[in-house]
Amino acid sequence: MDDMSATEVTIALPKPAGRWRARPRLKEAAFALVLLGPSMALFSTFAFYPLVKTFYLGFFRSDPFGLSSNYVGFDQYLDVLQSNEFHRSLITTGLFALFTVPTGLVLGLGLALLAHQKLRGMVVYRTIFSSTVATSVAVASVMWLTLLNPSLGVINYGLEESGFEAVNWLGDPDWALPAVSLTTIWLNLGFTFIVILAGLQTIPEELHESAKIDGAGAVSRLFNVTLPMLSPTLLFAVVVLTINAFQSFGQIDILTQGGPLDRTNVLVYSIYTEGFRNFNEGVAAAQGVALFLIVLVLTLIQFRFLERRVFYGN
Amino acid sequence: MATSARPVRKRPLRIRRVLGEAAQYAALTIAAAIILTPIYITVVYSLQPVEEIFSYPPNLLVTDPQWDTYKRAFETGSLGRYLINSFIVATAITIGQVITSVLAAYAFAFLRFPFRNLLFVVFLASLMVPWEVTIIPNYQTISTFGWLDSYQGLIVPFLATAFGTFLLRQAFLTVPRDLRDAAAMDGYGHIGFMLQVVVPLSRAAVGALAVFSFLLAWNQYLWPLLITNDDDYRTVQIGLKALVSSNIDEFNLVMAGTVIAAAPILALLILFQKQLIRGLTSGAIKG
Amino acid sequence: MSRIAFRDVTKRFGDVVAVRDFNLEIEDQEFLVLLGPSGCGKSTALRLVAGLEEPTSGEIMFGDVAVTDVEAKNRDIAMVFQSYALYPHMTVRRNIEFPLRTRKIPRAERVRLVAEAARWLGLEELLERRPSELSGGQRQRVALGRAIVRRPQAFLMDEPLSNLDAKLRVKTRAELVELHRQLSRTFVYVTHDQVEAMTMADRIAIMNEGALQQIGPPQQVYERPANTFVAQFIGSPPMNVVRATVAHGGDGLVANVPGGTIPLPPAAAAAAAAMNLDGLLVGVRPEHLLLDGGPVKATVRLVESLGHERHVICDLSPEEFAIVRLPADVPPPAKGETVGLTATAEHVHLFDPNTTLRID
Ligand SMILES: Nc1ncnc2c1ncn2[C@@H]1O[C@H](COP(=O)(O)OP(=O)(O)O)[C@@H](O)[C@H]1O
Ligand SMILES: [Mg+2]
Repeated sequence: MDDMSATEVTIALPKPAGRWRARPRLKEAAFALVLLGPSMALFSTFAFYPLVKTFYLGFFRSDPFGLSSNYVGFDQYLDVLQSNEFHRSLITTGLFALFTVPTGLVLGLGLALLAHQKLRGMVVYRTIFSSTVATSVAVASVMWLTLLNPSLGVINYGLEESGFEAVNWLGDPDWALPAVSLTTIWLNLGFTFIVILAGLQTIPEELHESAKIDGAGAVSRLFNVTLPMLSPTLLFAVVVLTINAFQSFGQIDILTQGGPLDRTNVLVYSIYTEGFRNFNEGVAAAQGVALFLIVLVLTLIQFRFLERRVFYGN
Repeated sequence: MATSARPVRKRPLRIRRVLGEAAQYAALTIAAAIILTPIYITVVYSLQPVEEIFSYPPNLLVTDPQWDTYKRAFETGSLGRYLINSFIVATAITIGQVITSVLAAYAFAFLRFPFRNLLFVVFLASLMVPWEVTIIPNYQTISTFGWLDSYQGLIVPFLATAFGTFLLRQAFLTVPRDLRDAAAMDGYGHIGFMLQVVVPLSRAAVGALAVFSFLLAWNQYLWPLLITNDDDYRTVQIGLKALVSSNIDEFNLVMAGTVIAAAPILALLILFQKQLIRGLTSGAIKG
Repeated sequence: MSRIAFRDVTKRFGDVVAVRDFNLEIEDQEFLVLLGPSGCGKSTALRLVAGLEEPTSGEIMFGDVAVTDVEAKNRDIAMVFQSYALYPHMTVRRNIEFPLRTRKIPRAERVRLVAEAARWLGLEELLERRPSELSGGQRQRVALGRAIVRRPQAFLMDEPLSNLDAKLRVKTRAELVELHRQLSRTFVYVTHDQVEAMTMADRIAIMNEGALQQIGPPQQVYERPANTFVAQFIGSPPMNVVRATVAHGGDGLVANVPGGTIPLPPAAAAAAAAMNLDGLLVGVRPEHLLLDGGPVKATVRLVESLGHERHVICDLSPEEFAIVRLPADVPPPAKGETVGLTATAEHVHLFDPNTTLRID
């Protein structure tokens, strides 16, 4: 019973319960702000603000010397949208994606299937197949610049020996984009291979074994087990490769500078020339907005797949 | 009867297996040869004298390696300087990205605060803004800061990464909550817990992020091209382009430069293949 | 440390009230067991003491000081988690040393303290191993080592034995009691296992649905359960509780239960009668029911043998049944047989049917 007296004394002490209770929460929130601060500041300065600024710059037309600019509202956006150059650039970028993505995907899948076997020495093959992932766009482009050079090209020698005509790869308007695409496919092959191989490795072994017991042959297993199970990975790879295609710049800059006859003048290269060579900031910004919207749609598609994947994961 | 039948049935199966393996090795080797051809030719040309490179039919063997070309590449192309620049920039970006991602991912994984989910969406949204879209205003910003031709200009814009934050948050979420409570009882606040428990436990993911960040930073092209004119700050990628433009006919020199630019990162791939693969596939395999 | 107390503590998680109007005083150096079914709020109550949760309302007191706003690390309390929560990337030595490293203790002193804790718990041989290389029992010891190494004022343990096999559990139970004796510190121990509670506790606090039901020494909660929940939670098999009416019998008040009448303890019966209740709940433990042809008639439904004893389940009426505990050496009745049961007045418990509270 003498406990009770102690109790009463303590309860009698004044206690600003409400305010004190709020403090730990507030402290945690403040700490979170400190942790997120650096990233938030950087994203704001170098992603969100410049994105808004890009939209804004699209409303201003620069004079031919890039010295001053006037507000023209949506006129410039409409001009760009209707211009032949922009259409050609879009078509070129689309073709570039078409040349690089499906071929790259099939080759990557083939390599991954080959490497997804239990054989001795496989580590070496896997390292070789992944090697281009470490190759920078500049390195790859300079390598292929040499390979494709008409005056010393090994490729042309091979063509002639096999009875074909030599091709002026980078100088011929019809061959330049395929040549740039070839470089890009090679450059992306390591990434595609790694992603698809990782996807293959997540397919449970039992599925193959039970299909084998059911009498399915290798081809049937590929089409009925492997590919369906792999479809999310393949879709992911397609989206990433397509986004990459739309953002490609380095290989164009080193191999063709957008030529010949603008045949390799993809969207980003066009933004670069308008913005930094022709001092047409407004036009470059409007093209940038278009690029943003295209990549946005592709990224949203990618997020949808990721979301599904996360869902399956749990 | 039964005993004699056994070896007869076994042999064709084994022969088929051996043949199958041989076919697989053949396919693997051909594929590897095709993929390696550009790299092989690059190395060969870098060691041949220019006249031999131009010989017809092409000679793809090195008879008399010209190591001297590499020395010249370093000298005429300032490749040594460029390599150092690339190394400084990539290292700084890697360290910065690991730090900002660890901090942000910790907040998202372990702290409760208002608008947490909204802020996470904002982080993800930054992934939707391609760098190529914003080069003009970013160039203006860097120019206003006076950071053209500077390490800051090459580094600071890339010090945060939503991808890294996402990757580490996923790893941090697998750390049992009991460990947080245990660390609190053992006398550790958030920072102690982060540095002594969460990060060491997530070292695989942190390693993957570091290797991935270094690779991307090392291989950057467009941004360094835009903001560096000065040899003192150019990275090796841009240096390589400069080397090509100014020595267009000296293929041996250009190829030696290419090998020099590619070698560090190829070594990185071979050393840290596991981490790199984890970094690359974390987007694909696990959200 | 002086007494740890809950003052009107309530903890809600959204709509769930995990701890409800809790008032409890834990004496210095006491071994207090918080006992209750899974989900009743035991862990939450423990975490409130630890400072890992903040109460929605009320205060946690250490002595006369409200520590509600004191962070866990400053409360001088250690906790052993059900999962053990060992740091997987650290050796046993580092795990045990970890709480010392933030406390500015000189290295030599840390080494000494770790060695001492390891010796105490028989972990000397395992110091360089990682948790993944240990058995469940060894992990549990490391968790204990991490707790005792810094000599806190109180130890909190959340079902620390639940991941051990039965044999090891019995052994560790005795060791924990011994540890408590040697350390002379307050232990607050959470379990859903009444055997652990009965064998280890100085006092047991029984919880149900977030609310404290009764607190007292093991023998007291067994002999004088405060309500029907405690009566049926403590003891195995649980106490038989049936509805009854009070009547005047031969030597005082008796209860009419289905199947017959049983005598009542006079004081409690008088108190019940004075309350003017409409009916009564009468409880008798299975070990206090005798199968001696007594006045309460029942039909044997089932006999379960546990080896060392038998449980005879008898139907008193179509709705009510009673369990009788028989020693193994007493021949059991046959199934379907009609038997007579006896309860002595001193072993009969009375409860208010409206509040389920004990009537004395
Ligand atoms: N962090 C939490 N968030 C939401 N509900 C919780 C949380 N912790 C406990 N609860 C709920 O509170 C109640 C009591 O939980 P707990 O204290 O863990 O019970 P016990 O340890 O007795 O099994 C349960 O209904 C549980 O679901
Ligand atoms: Mg619990």
